[in-house]
Amino acid sequence: MIEQLSTIFSYEFMRNALIASFWISLATGVIGSLVVLNQIVSLSGGIAHAAYGGVGIAYYLGMDPMLGALLFSTASALIMGAVQRKTRSGADTLIGVMWSIGMAIGIIFISLTPGYKANLMSYLFGSILAVSGTDLRLMALIAFLVLGFVFFTYRSLLAISYDETFSTVRNVPVNLVYLTMLVLIGLTVVVAMRMVGLILVIALLSIPPAIALNHFKDVRPIMLCSVVLSFLLCFFGLVISFQTNIQAGPVIILLASAAFLISSLVRRLHLSKKP
Amino acid sequence: MEDKPVISIKNLWAGYEADTILEDISFEMFQNDYVGLIGPNGGGKTTLIRVILGLLKPDKGTISVMGQEPVRGRRHIGYVSQFQVEDKHFPISVWDVVALGRLQPNLLQNFHIRPYDKEVIELALQQTGMFEYRKRTMNELSGGQRQRIYISRALAAEPKILLLDEPTSSVDSQSSNQIYNLLAELNDHIAILLISHDLTAISTYVKTIGCVNRQLIYQGNKELTADMVEIGYGCPVDLIAHGLPHRVIAGHQHEDHHD
Repeated sequence: MIEQLSTIFSYEFMRNALIASFWISLATGVIGSLVVLNQIVSLSGGIAHAAYGGVGIAYYLGMDPMLGALLFSTASALIMGAVQRKTRSGADTLIGVMWSIGMAIGIIFISLTPGYKANLMSYLFGSILAVSGTDLRLMALIAFLVLGFVFFTYRSLLAISYDETFSTVRNVPVNLVYLTMLVLIGLTVVVAMRMVGLILVIALLSIPPAIALNHFKDVRPIMLCSVVLSFLLCFFGLVISFQTNIQAGPVIILLASAAFLISSLVRRLHLSKKP
Repeated sequence: MEDKPVISIKNLWAGYEADTILEDISFEMFQNDYVGLIGPNGGGKTTLIRVILGLLKPDKGTISVMGQEPVRGRRHIGYVSQFQVEDKHFPISVWDVVALGRLQPNLLQNFHIRPYDKEVIELALQQTGMFEYRKRTMNELSGGQRQRIYISRALAAEPKILLLDEPTSSVDSQSSNQIYNLLAELNDHIAILLISHDLTAISTYVKTIGCVNRQLIYQGNKELTADMVEIGYGCPVDLIAHGLPHRVIAGHQHEDHHD
């Protein structure tokens, strides 16, 4: 077993994939917990899909698609966030609209670009095995931004997530904290896209915290548990993917879904045992 | 000092877009007051709360809280919100909820809880008799216990005014009595404004009573007058008012002594 693993990770691309998993798990575990607690999973999905518009435009202009994705996800996070602050109910429709606009823009610009574009599939379904040194540095940077933000504003974040009205009455800068959180979700979504692709990124963001929420009663252990879970899922996903020659992204997400199912069953059994 | 109102509202109109909900409201409340405002659902109770808390800008008229704009003055208000079912699923401890009362406008000041904050939080928990529950999770508590935690959270802000929105809506009658007794004690040093659709519950405990239904009738006394009934209160008051047109509250208090 150990020998097998050391063979697998003797390849540089596998070591890079593992390092990427580490940084991505840090970011998704922490920010994903906030996504689940604030019940903004669909908003995060909207941000992820809107980012594809950036990928398409950047590709058309001959820029780095990651840069386009980062710009688009940040802009869409701010727009959707601002609308959601104004009208609670209108946001749901807007999310759906921006979700599809992003995808449409992306597809149009990609088809306008002449030449071979097979690697664009990697933004949809992930390409963890092709992460570059620049990607790793970007992932580390975003992980540090997320951790720093949550560390320094933890109490305010908790307050806003739990009771926004009360936080407003206490004059906590609710909009500033909320929009910063959405922008960080946008950035995290883009780097996690490298791992599992934008279609599956929502699963990586929401499943580990959903599992953690089944077993812990405080936000901090939920975040820690999500990070650990997310890393373990990526690790085993990578190993299975290497052995079976199946793409890593879908393997990771199926593993995560299985873990979620088991965790929910365990919890149900545990609850039914109690008098 | 004593004569300055803690909340002062003059000729205020408010609502949402074209829909006016509060019409020409004037209201003054002072330091030792314990005011109960009743009114039917949809009569503008929530809108009034939102205006006082600075969450909704009035269309016309003026409002001040502790002599300031609501957005500034609201830091002196301890707000006890209505129980929300969604709260049940949020993983948060009792202590952390009460600690929210110590939040400051400056994000960096919220980084950690200072020793003074800790003292205030402990005191707020002791005042409602919930100190021993501080390590519990909110979703392990009953409706009445949760309501007392919300009151602790409001007290942790060291308020001059307590503003309560339907404090006993999801609470059994025994816990409800405990909560009202607690409020009566707190009224020694905090002005209380209580808003509810439940006349029978609040009439026993408050010092003065008023009625909101688009307009606001408040004369600063404890009797429910024919005026209040007239501005469109629902059926329960009518029934009581028929029997005892001018001494509704006194009559009701008497009734409660026998319980």
